[in-house]
Amino acid sequence: MKLNKVLKALLIAVPVMTLAACSSTSSTSADDANTSQVTETVQVETAAPVMSAAEQMRQKLEALRQENTIYFDFDRATIRPEFVEVLEAHGTFLRANPSVRVTVEGHSDERGTPEYNIALGESRAQSVVLYLQNLGVSAGQLSTVSYGEEKPVDRSRSETGFAKNRRAVLAY
Amino acid sequence: MITNVLKKFLLFAMLLCPAAVWASLEIVITEGIDSARPIAILPFSFNGTTRPTENLAEIVAADLMRSGKFSPLANIKMPQQPAKSGDINYAAWVREGVEAIVIGQINEVGIDRYTVSFELIDVLKGNSGPSAQMLNAGKLVNSNQQILDSRETTINGNQFRQYAHRISDIVYEKLTGERGAFLTKIAYVLVRPEHEFPYQLVVADYDGVNEQILLRSKEPLMSPNWSPDGTKLAYVTFERRQAQIFIQDIYSGRRSVVSTFPGINGAPVWSPDGASLALVLSKDGNPEIYTLNIATKALRRITNHRAIDTEPNWSPDGQEIVFSSDRGGNPQLYSVNLTTNTTRRLTFEGEMNLAGAFTPDGSAIVMVNRTQGQYHIAKMDRQSRFLQVLTRTNLDESPSIAPNGSMIIYSTMHGSSQVLALVSMDGRFKARLPAINGQVKSPAWSPFL
Repeated sequence: MKLNKVLKALLIAVPVMTLAACSSTSSTSADDANTSQVTETVQVETAAPVMSAAEQMRQKLEALRQENTIYFDFDRATIRPEFVEVLEAHGTFLRANPSVRVTVEGHSDERGTPEYNIALGESRAQSVVLYLQNLGVSAGQLSTVSYGEEKPVDRSRSETGFAKNRRAVLAY
Repeated sequence: MITNVLKKFLLFAMLLCPAAVWASLEIVITEGIDSARPIAILPFSFNGTTRPTENLAEIVAADLMRSGKFSPLANIKMPQQPAKSGDINYAAWVREGVEAIVIGQINEVGIDRYTVSFELIDVLKGNSGPSAQMLNAGKLVNSNQQILDSRETTINGNQFRQYAHRISDIVYEKLTGERGAFLTKIAYVLVRPEHEFPYQLVVADYDGVNEQILLRSKEPLMSPNWSPDGTKLAYVTFERRQAQIFIQDIYSGRRSVVSTFPGINGAPVWSPDGASLALVLSKDGNPEIYTLNIATKALRRITNHRAIDTEPNWSPDGQEIVFSSDRGGNPQLYSVNLTTNTTRRLTFEGEMNLAGAFTPDGSAIVMVNRTQGQYHIAKMDRQSRFLQVLTRTNLDESPSIAPNGSMIIYSTMHGSSQVLALVSMDGRFKARLPAINGQVKSPAWSPFL
């Protein structure tokens, strides 16, 4: 009974506390602020066991694998500003784990010729590698492969399909 | 008129043998049948007990139709089907508008042995007097001037298809003055995304018959290219999750790696003398053109520019290489002289020009041209620099020229499928070769075999 009451109190108090905390943090978008609020709530509620370093790394890697794709404009290999955050997350992780290696796969849409698209895919992969190196990741951790237009994720040949295929993927 | 011709064609197509995988039965001629010359391939008469399984006349008719230059008359439209040339009623054929007739006989001469003979007859000359007499060395003799060619040969039962293509070559050369390319093959990459080995390297006769898978892979295969002697293919494979160039003997299946540098190993193209490959390597930072001596493994760097340089192709004399580069901002075609090392820009029209290839006589360059966002096959005359867009299909790429320079095979989109298509060098004849299963890309026309 008593425990129940305490729980109820916590259920009200914790979100209010986190909300207050959130208002002071700066997030790029409203959506991001909401999700971080929910996760923080969960962390307070569940007394998570202390993870080993290996476990922490595995979990972090799992999270990075969820967001491992950078998209590009037509016939371009420049990193668009909205992907800076994703690359910084990968950069931080790779710096902290110098034994981890990643292959950056470069891809293009199906327009143009297969050979030119191989070159374009490589430029995209190299843009990502250069960005990560500028963040302090060692060159030895990074390699590239270009598949050009040979491995599209969307075969519809529509504008949205093309946009999904013009990508670099960080494959751990 | 057009519907009439189309009906004729459809009827004709239905009569064709169903053995072909993507061509004979499936070929869809989209343009250019009006300009084709009417011709008749009479059914070959047969003398013997065991009929050959292949139908010679049908194969020859299909070849000539697919060249875009001839329109073979359907059997049911023929005014007569004589067994030998002496029985030809020329007036009847003239009325049908037929300008030439192929007539032939098959004689069974032993177990699985056949003697095939044929004549190519000029109908107009025949009509002006099939039994006309002329003076020869002061004597009156019967003239056979209507017979343009006649041959006889003995073959095995399994050689009928090959010999039919041979007949097509002879007929085509006699009537056009240009060598026929019916005894050639096409290599291409078949992609079947749902298969365990989705990427397959395939060779087939030029008409799609005798399809043979040379290699199955879980990772992409690209850019097959024929050795000048027609026995080997160079291609790019990602089987080790890295681009590598292999050479594979198409008859023995023996394969060996020839280029496995870090980065791009791409776009291998055999030199006309067969001694070297032009290829693209990015081992020094960005894609550059190299030549590789196959025997000595000596590498020579041809281009040196921070932009993308790719898609090398040799001039017929082996002195020049055409390539694509975006050094001017957008990808355009350039050529480099291998003796002087001077580089010239070749194309200025259109937003992009890619995948340049010399025609066999060296007079023109075939390419992929992008204008207003549309990718089409185009041809530029080297002297006049006149650029002619040849196709109207969607997302055209990978043009490859027949060894006689008459036709270009390329890959394009039809509906949601990647298919192969043909266009004649003058752009008048167009045909589609729909695949039955999977996406077909990177066609490469073999040399004369």
